[in-house]
Amino acid sequence: MTVNGTTYDRDVEPRTLLVHFLREELGLTGTHVGCDTSYCGACTVIVDGRSVKSCTYLAVAADGADVRTVEGVATDGELHPVQEGFWERHGLQCGFCTPGMIMSSVALLEQNPDPGEGEIRHAIEGNLCRCTGYHNIVRAVEYAAAKMRGEEPPAPDWEVPS
Amino acid sequence: MSTTSVLGGVVRRKEDPALIRGEGLYVDDIKLPGELAAAFVRSPFAHARIMSIDASAATAMDGVHAVYTADDVRHLGPVLAQVAVGTLRPPLADGAVHHIGEAVAMVVADDRYIAQDAVDAIFVEYEPLPAVVDLKAAAADEVQAHEGVSNVLLAWSGQDWWPGVTDELPDAKPVIEEAKARDDTVTVSLEMVNQRLIPTAIEPRAVLANWHAGYGSFELWSSTQIPHALAGAIAKIFGLPSNKVRVVAPEVGGGFGLKLNIYPDEILCCFASQRLGKPVRWTETRREAPASSIQGRGWVGTATIVGTRDGEILGYELDAICDMGAYSQNFTVAIPLLGLFVAPGQYNIPTAYTLTCVVTNTPTTDAYRGAGRPEAAYYLERVVDRYAREIGMDPAEVRKKNFWQPDQFPATTAVGLTMDSGNYAANLDALLEKADYEGMKARRDAARADGRLVGIGLSTYVEVCGFGPSALAGLGFSWSEYGQPAAFNGSGVVRVNPDGSCTVIIGTGPSGQGHETTWAQIVSDQLGIELDQIEVLHGDTAESPFGVGTFGSRSLAVDGTATFEASARVKDKAAAIAAHLLEAAPEDIRFADGGAHVAGSPDKTVSWPEIATSAYQPHTLPEGMEGGLESTAVFSPGNATWPFGSHLALVEVDPDTGNVEILEYWAMDDCGNVVNPMIVDGQIHGGIAQGIGQAMFEAAIYDDDGNLLSSSLMDYPIPTAADLPSFRLDRTTTPTDVNPLGVKGIGEAGTIGSAQTIVNAVVDALEPLGVEHVDMPLRPRNVWQAINGARG
Ligand code: FES
Ligand code: FES
Repeated sequence: MTVNGTTYDRDVEPRTLLVHFLREELGLTGTHVGCDTSYCGACTVIVDGRSVKSCTYLAVAADGADVRTVEGVATDGELHPVQEGFWERHGLQCGFCTPGMIMSSVALLEQNPDPGEGEIRHAIEGNLCRCTGYHNIVRAVEYAAAKMRGEEPPAPDWEVPS
Repeated sequence: MSTTSVLGGVVRRKEDPALIRGEGLYVDDIKLPGELAAAFVRSPFAHARIMSIDASAATAMDGVHAVYTADDVRHLGPVLAQVAVGTLRPPLADGAVHHIGEAVAMVVADDRYIAQDAVDAIFVEYEPLPAVVDLKAAAADEVQAHEGVSNVLLAWSGQDWWPGVTDELPDAKPVIEEAKARDDTVTVSLEMVNQRLIPTAIEPRAVLANWHAGYGSFELWSSTQIPHALAGAIAKIFGLPSNKVRVVAPEVGGGFGLKLNIYPDEILCCFASQRLGKPVRWTETRREAPASSIQGRGWVGTATIVGTRDGEILGYELDAICDMGAYSQNFTVAIPLLGLFVAPGQYNIPTAYTLTCVVTNTPTTDAYRGAGRPEAAYYLERVVDRYAREIGMDPAEVRKKNFWQPDQFPATTAVGLTMDSGNYAANLDALLEKADYEGMKARRDAARADGRLVGIGLSTYVEVCGFGPSALAGLGFSWSEYGQPAAFNGSGVVRVNPDGSCTVIIGTGPSGQGHETTWAQIVSDQLGIELDQIEVLHGDTAESPFGVGTFGSRSLAVDGTATFEASARVKDKAAAIAAHLLEAAPEDIRFADGGAHVAGSPDKTVSWPEIATSAYQPHTLPEGMEGGLESTAVFSPGNATWPFGSHLALVEVDPDTGNVEILEYWAMDDCGNVVNPMIVDGQIHGGIAQGIGQAMFEAAIYDDDGNLLSSSLMDYPIPTAADLPSFRLDRTTTPTDVNPLGVKGIGEAGTIGSAQTIVNAVVDALEPLGVEHVDMPLRPRNVWQAINGARG
């Protein structure tokens, strides 16, 4: 499979989960594990353009696929607009959910460049965050969406009275 | 205090560049060569005798290194608890199990798959015993959670729990009884459940222990909020000096109190590593987390208000049974005490309380975000609302009528503690104006006229945090049981390196609170060193000054102050050096733009690298001055701090499904001075979300036999993005004089203010139906039942 642009050729046990392949075989520990019921989304990666929970995806199922993880979204050291949005709008606190959130948001914006607040909330519904109350995650995605459309991002909350 | 743009300004977090690239290292991301993996055999019963354990098949399996039971580890226990009242937890169940999921045996194997296979091959024979789960049944003591031991540990009650302080207080009981007997007063009561919660940090706990036989020392990586206390505890348990235990809390993926404990797995991984001569790792699974970590809340009780018909509250009573779970751990029995610290809230009212701590056959409860204070605020603010409705007065007016007034601070409350500062009516007025309360009421009434169930909920709160004064620490809130001082000091090291960059090392244990950024702002503000030249280190006991850790909204007010004071001392010394270099008087030295200059002569400057280099060269120092440019400060506050605020929600209930939609959520918090408004708002957002989680979704549900019916995230639903609205925040600023920064603390405020705001709103929405109370969580079914119950 191709991971973040590099092709890997490995033999894996049939039961190996994609998340363990990424973390243990390739050392890509940015993809996290937060549950055992495919519920928290900390393990979200993008496989052939779709966001998937890599804890319920067998590594063999990704044979020949194009896999993107949080380590691969920046290009030439330049942050992806979604990463920039999370930084600019305080979309993370402990950071544990963040890689999965970023991947879900990247997948959303590739499909829908101009999502409304409700669409953003719906798109990240499968990614749990216990720290932020999602408020600033939504602002981060709005920031990134505007940037990717070539527009000026909305002013941050702290500059506009609510 | 200084008011430059750095302090009080928004700056992007220093923590984030690594985290958004996936480079953050959490315990589970750190690998050691040759490490082994641990897994635990857990009890399927809530209360049972252990008749036998047969591990022979497991021990014989390829790749299994050891199976340990109570016989192997009894000498390590019981697990230390800071407030050692009740039965303490053995490292592994010893003779009997007392809650579901209690660890009975530990397997150590080559990897976690083998360890889990071995767990499945261990046969434990149990003789089930009757379990007690219900709190009233536990208080009745007919079935005992530990055979032959009373379930009732103690009651926090009356005036005698803090000798020398509370015993001076007048007894509120007779005053309240007299008020009740008057015929011009009304008395209202609500019996309510404040349900058990599973804290649920998204990063499960993880431990990696490594014994170095040659050095005679441990290295222990743990996802913990209290690295120094953990190091002290491990040293004490294994009979080592504390400098032979290095604890590292790397990135910690959320804490919320659940990582504020010494856990048996931390001790057992150390033990196994020492025995086997290899690193030993354990990573908690989500499914075992409800038993392997602590839970929070779990009160049933009655709140009563007696007052006049025009809104003057004459007395408040809180009588609750509080669930401790099966074993006492770190703060367990002290959590209700924290609640009673704020039992009277923002009101100057006679207050009587009895908080009875009982043992049940369920996992231990301990600190979960707010820790006693959300429970206390919930009981008080629900019954204040009930009282307002009873006398037909606006809930905001009733509250204002009974507030402490700004000129009454410092104010000694009905429970004997002294609050530093407050301006409650101004804060509430600011909220009501901002949210257009009058307009909101008109919109609610119009919706009601259309037959819709729309309601408004209001809550005020006061929090006690910034722990704290050593007199309080001595009551059992410090780490004295862990071989540490009985004090709640903050600590910080500020070091200007020879190249003019600055290293700050702090004793906190953050888990997402942005300490690196906030502390850098404090130091930058003092020294004029650019933020990107300041590196803030924490979480490694080998390098950081002794610290108490991060919990109880204490870090900024206590450790932040220590860092502020250390940087002030560094600044004084740097001024003396700069004065020497510039041939000026130290008092004329000003710091700005990456260096120092002489007041009035902006061209007479030296840069920080020049000052710092000189500091390390005796020949460029003033005569007789010691070399180096660093300071360590320890700060012990004279009091806790008392943030406060008001929250307001507008909700709509679907009469057909019972579904609750939050239409608007407003909060006006006051945490004193603010270093980084962006970070403070983020703390409030997350806090509100957890309060709404309790109000609407979350409940740890045990059946009568003590089986947990909500062990996965599917049946323990924490809020998702789609469940929550955006929040509208603002703040008032009432500084404290407890510390020179004037800061109070904000980590828990959102949670303390929010649950009852939602419940008050939903009950208001159901008012036309005559509903007086609905217990949390307000899941559609519960609300639907309330609606249909009211409709008969
Ligand atoms: S780890 Fe939780 S969904 Fe994959
Ligand atoms: S930032 Fe901590 S879980 Fe989302």
